[in-house]
Amino acid sequence: MNYAMGLAAVLSAAFGLAAPLYAASEPETVAPISINEGEIELATEAEAPAHLNGALPKIWSGWLFRDATTQSMQMDDFENPAMVFVDQGLDLWDQPDGAEGKSCADCHGSIDDSMKGVRAAMPKMSEDGTDLWSLENFVNNCRTTRMGAEAWGWSSAPMESMTLAISMASRGMPVDVAIDGPAQSWWDKGKEIYYSRYGQLQLSCANCHEDHYGDWIRADHLSQGQISGFPVYRLNGAGVVSIHERFFGCVRDTRAEPFAQGSPEFRALELYVSSRGMGLPVEGASVRH
Amino acid sequence: MNINLAPVLAVLTALAGGTAAAAAETPPAATVFEEDGSIAQSLSGAPGDPQAGRQTMEARGLGNCYACHLVEATPDIQFMGDIGPALDGAGSRWSAAQLRGIVADAKHTFPDSMMPSFYKSAGFLRPGEGYTAKPATEPLPPLLTAQQVEDVVSYLLSLK
Ligand code: HEC
Ligand code: HEC
Repeated sequence: MNYAMGLAAVLSAAFGLAAPLYAASEPETVAPISINEGEIELATEAEAPAHLNGALPKIWSGWLFRDATTQSMQMDDFENPAMVFVDQGLDLWDQPDGAEGKSCADCHGSIDDSMKGVRAAMPKMSEDGTDLWSLENFVNNCRTTRMGAEAWGWSSAPMESMTLAISMASRGMPVDVAIDGPAQSWWDKGKEIYYSRYGQLQLSCANCHEDHYGDWIRADHLSQGQISGFPVYRLNGAGVVSIHERFFGCVRDTRAEPFAQGSPEFRALELYVSSRGMGLPVEGASVRH
Repeated sequence: MNINLAPVLAVLTALAGGTAAAAAETPPAATVFEEDGSIAQSLSGAPGDPQAGRQTMEARGLGNCYACHLVEATPDIQFMGDIGPALDGAGSRWSAAQLRGIVADAKHTFPDSMMPSFYKSAGFLRPGEGYTAKPATEPLPPLLTAQQVEDVVSYLLSLK
């Protein structure tokens, strides 16, 4: 044991990394997600962004870590259970709401054109530059200030359908978030949260998704916890799961009190986790178990 | 009785060759780790029961040890993880005192270990009440009782 620990120390000194004792394992194949018989191909691997400083050798979509049945559901838009919710989002896009009697389409026009690239750049600084906003904040800002409508709950059904429909307009585009300038302090905060060991189990995001992706934690095959596929349809629970809902669940499972969905902490974490996936394509409507 | 006397009593009971008495239990906060991370004395003051230990290791609400560890000797257990090393042979690699230290709080043996501390009640970040997402106030009940730790240690010792 002392020998092994000594070795790890030597390795980490040599590479300047905190090498985990029991290393993560890479996916066996990195086939792209080939959708509708090859009509759309989404890469599942990308170079690790420089700001990770070698923490990951490569970055991989969570799709690679799922079983073949789950994977295949995302390979055909007619079988993809998330598409029902995408359609609901598209209906909401055209539907007038609130005191102004306007729909999203009245101001933005076609969702495909006006929302292209939006998901890929989220979260980002708010319009007045004072806050970091997730896609949900931008949607609610339009609803409350421009439509005279009520804000939707962070992980409510209409919000999840809308963010799914908007994500589809970035399908295939690489995640590309700004982490400098006014976003820098948010990114720093998100990184601190990522490496903090919460709860009675004292586990950080990094313990599972950086040190042990590719390993099994009971019946679960750990991925890198990337959010390029979000919102996802989860078979386990049969519904759409938002980014903050996933964060909430992972932190709760460390026997901790999670931050609230939509909180500054989870928006900061979202920026940091997005930045770990820079280069992976937005999947639009993914399926996980 | 003043609870702070418990560790002293545990030592006395052990010296006197005494057996299980509730008062002989060492509470988490009073547990003494040696330099190498081991704990010399039984935490409950009583010997462990290996069969109960195996069950404690398997139960998801208790040890859930198989979430991270494989034991090849027990293929009947479903879905064993591979985050930590296989535990076969643990009883040959480690002494009882070392295993007690690892199960109670592995971070004394392996700094920064991912392995949860099963006999620790305070010093957590945003502790929650189990898996309810509600905040909890320290000290928390440890994940395993003193006797459960002893049971697990005795099962691990049987893995030669
Ligand atoms: C105790 C282990 C554990 C910890 C700690 C943990 N997770 Fe997870 N996480 C899982 C498991 C298991 C899954 C489901 C399998 C998978 O996709 O990795 C998962 C899934 C995810 C996913 C979904 C990935 C996908 O492609 O669908 C994201 C995102 C994620 N985690 C982020 C986080 C973040 C951020 C943190 C810290 C705030 C965190 N996790 C902490 C175990 C953990
Ligand atoms: C969340 C993961 C996790 C859980 C749960 C866990 N362990 Fe561990 N355990 C580890 C890791 C990782 C190591 C390797 C030491 C290190 O690098 O931290 C380890 C090391 C050990 C060792 C030393 C292994 C050897 O032979 O060298 C023993 C014994 C052990 N664990 C027993 C247990 C028992 C018993 C339980 C449950 C009561 C348990 N573990 C629960 C992750 C875990």
